[in-house]
Amino acid sequence: MVSLYINNTKVEVPEGSTILNAAQKAGYNIPTLCHLESQIPKGACRVCMVEVEGAKSLVASCAAPVAEGMKVITNSKTVREARKFVVELLISEHCGDCKTCDRNNDCELQALAYSLGIKDTRFEGECLESIIDDSTPALVRDSGKCIKCRRCVTVCNEIQSVGSLFAQGRGFDSTIGPAFEQNLAEVPCVQCGQCAAVCPVGAITEKDHIASVWEALDDPDKFVVVQTAPAIRAALGECFGYEPGTLVTGKMVTALRILGFDRIFDTNFTADLTIMEEGTELLLRLKKALVNKEKVALPQFTSCSPGWIKYAEYFYPDYLDNISTCKSPQQMFGSVAKTYYAEKIGRKPEDIVVVSVMPCTAKKFEAQRPEMNDSGVQDVDYVLTTRELGRMIQQAGIDFRELPDDKMDSPLGMSSGAADIFANTGGVMEAAVRTVYEIVTGKELPLEKLHIVPIMGLEGVKKASLKITGTKPEWGFLEGVELKVGVAHGLGNAKKIIEAMRAGEEFHFIEVMTCPGGCIGGGGQPRFTTDEVRKKRIEAIYAEDEGKQLRKSHDNPEIKQIYEEFLGEPLSHLSHKLLHTHYVSRMN
Amino acid sequence: MGEKSAQQEKVCKCHDSISEEQYYEQLDDIIDQHIEKEGALIPILQSVQNLFGYLPEAALRKISRRLNKPYSEVAGVVGFYSYFSTIPKGENTIRVCLGTACYVRGGKDVLKALSDELKIGVGETTEDRKFSLEVGRCFGACGLAPVIMINDEVFQKVKPSRINEILSSYR
Repeated sequence: MVSLYINNTKVEVPEGSTILNAAQKAGYNIPTLCHLESQIPKGACRVCMVEVEGAKSLVASCAAPVAEGMKVITNSKTVREARKFVVELLISEHCGDCKTCDRNNDCELQALAYSLGIKDTRFEGECLESIIDDSTPALVRDSGKCIKCRRCVTVCNEIQSVGSLFAQGRGFDSTIGPAFEQNLAEVPCVQCGQCAAVCPVGAITEKDHIASVWEALDDPDKFVVVQTAPAIRAALGECFGYEPGTLVTGKMVTALRILGFDRIFDTNFTADLTIMEEGTELLLRLKKALVNKEKVALPQFTSCSPGWIKYAEYFYPDYLDNISTCKSPQQMFGSVAKTYYAEKIGRKPEDIVVVSVMPCTAKKFEAQRPEMNDSGVQDVDYVLTTRELGRMIQQAGIDFRELPDDKMDSPLGMSSGAADIFANTGGVMEAAVRTVYEIVTGKELPLEKLHIVPIMGLEGVKKASLKITGTKPEWGFLEGVELKVGVAHGLGNAKKIIEAMRAGEEFHFIEVMTCPGGCIGGGGQPRFTTDEVRKKRIEAIYAEDEGKQLRKSHDNPEIKQIYEEFLGEPLSHLSHKLLHTHYVSRMN
Repeated sequence: MGEKSAQQEKVCKCHDSISEEQYYEQLDDIIDQHIEKEGALIPILQSVQNLFGYLPEAALRKISRRLNKPYSEVAGVVGFYSYFSTIPKGENTIRVCLGTACYVRGGKDVLKALSDELKIGVGETTEDRKFSLEVGRCFGACGLAPVIMINDEVFQKVKPSRINEILSSYR
């Protein structure tokens, strides 16, 4: 341990900590526009400067390691003036109008300028050129607003292992983006939106669907249904001042009803449906491999996360056969709403508008994939992020905190706890195992609270194995088999687990979620998502799961109903048509 | 657009288009020589630029793939160092010094005369790929200002009226 003084407060931190870490421990906030927790400091923005006794000049606290006996001042006249100067210089280049910016009131630069007391622009000079890249369905980039902090470069390269963004050029003319001024649509961008989640300003944002949704709601000829992803209920509250991890399911339903949606349904319902299909698919693959001795692609990968799908299409096309053919719950919902439900209410698919609320930007991309129209029209019409829904509720003048609770509508609104945990890393796997184990043995998964502890939590790559015993006669071939499962979240971790597999490690089933922490840490969630926030949202999701009477997808009566009335059985002909899909190699 | 494709056509017909294909065979050798070392990217880019005279897109994509580095990162390094160029260079590189001494003694006029004569701007290459025009910051020959260099040869006290005579031996 190293002890040092931050503003005369003695603090002890482990060797190798930075001054910024030490200050946080001592209870002092140092502003920074570029730093990301657990990542190698870049020292790009220079806002975090502090005075260190004996040092020749101010020191960037995010990058400077602590030393024994160091005396640090985080708030002196020199520090304040230097920080102000740096931010004034950033503002002088920044080409954007706060009033009309997507990040107005949610902008770190704006907030910092305010707290530093910057009241006029001292430096009038050349501004950055604003080049808008709206080439992709999910993300919009504006080079004029970029402050070159490189957070997006860090997440895109070091966390996601995608590498579509990097610093280009030099000096005033430098930009952050793909190679040689290509736009995002031309490069292997998976649309995960983690760049938009960490951007301190409005340089990368999601493509806004709010206006289109209002238009649909205002159209008397359209029947507008909404589905909300599992991760929304644990994060939407943050848009209205609630602590991270506050469950607002009931208020959310009320708000959606006030906004004018004709039916409030739940992506959780199709999460349960996914488990029925994907679990059965896994068992079929295992049977083909173990009984028929057929060559079959194992391990099976989950397919809920559209960023992961696109990542595999770019970087691991040789594993596309391993990915479950199940559509994601969002897309299953779209095709079921415009067929099964359309028939029930006597409407044509083209008169129904399906709006999704997702924690995700890649879902905007997924919704417009050309193959996602099995109902005859585009299955999911518009995708709002959690942030966009928060804004719509504000636009409508709804006092969210005062809303009473309401319940989802039937028959696409009921869900089990297994569906809730689709929101976080390890959840899809646990949900699948709860059902698969029971199908095979006829008994409930023999684990406390039905949780598979080794695959819970924020460890990047998690593994578990489960011995199957007491099988029913038709599943006898699985007697004594150790079911080996792997879980990765953050695409960099997906890469690690695939490399481990290539090196010979054996798995039967692997869950991949694109974003760190899973969907609760998605690119469309309220900012700013730290690990602490991820943990709180995950706790809330597990609480939602444990609080439900129904904990397993196959127990959901509305799921039983859709198979009885419409689909027949998992992997039926109709299921294949409406609930399954295929993937394409995008490797060039 | 029409103009551009005409230009490309001309480039394809030029003298070293065949040898460029042969260069690609050597590209793998260059990468093999460096690939195990840390920080291999910059030395590879240097050697590859020496080979081709510039950094063609296909070569950069290959470097990106073999080094397992994102193309955006390779492009970022190429764009950071002014030494690297993705534009084909002419047979002869003309560098006009615009250091302080050359500047005050008419270096800018010399540059303008060259630019007018060759019909290219700074950083560009003539359509016949004979000449590329660049600007330098002091060649350490201030007593001879204004100075230009063509390849490794230095020309001193250059006047705009002498440009044609100087260029003629390279044409």
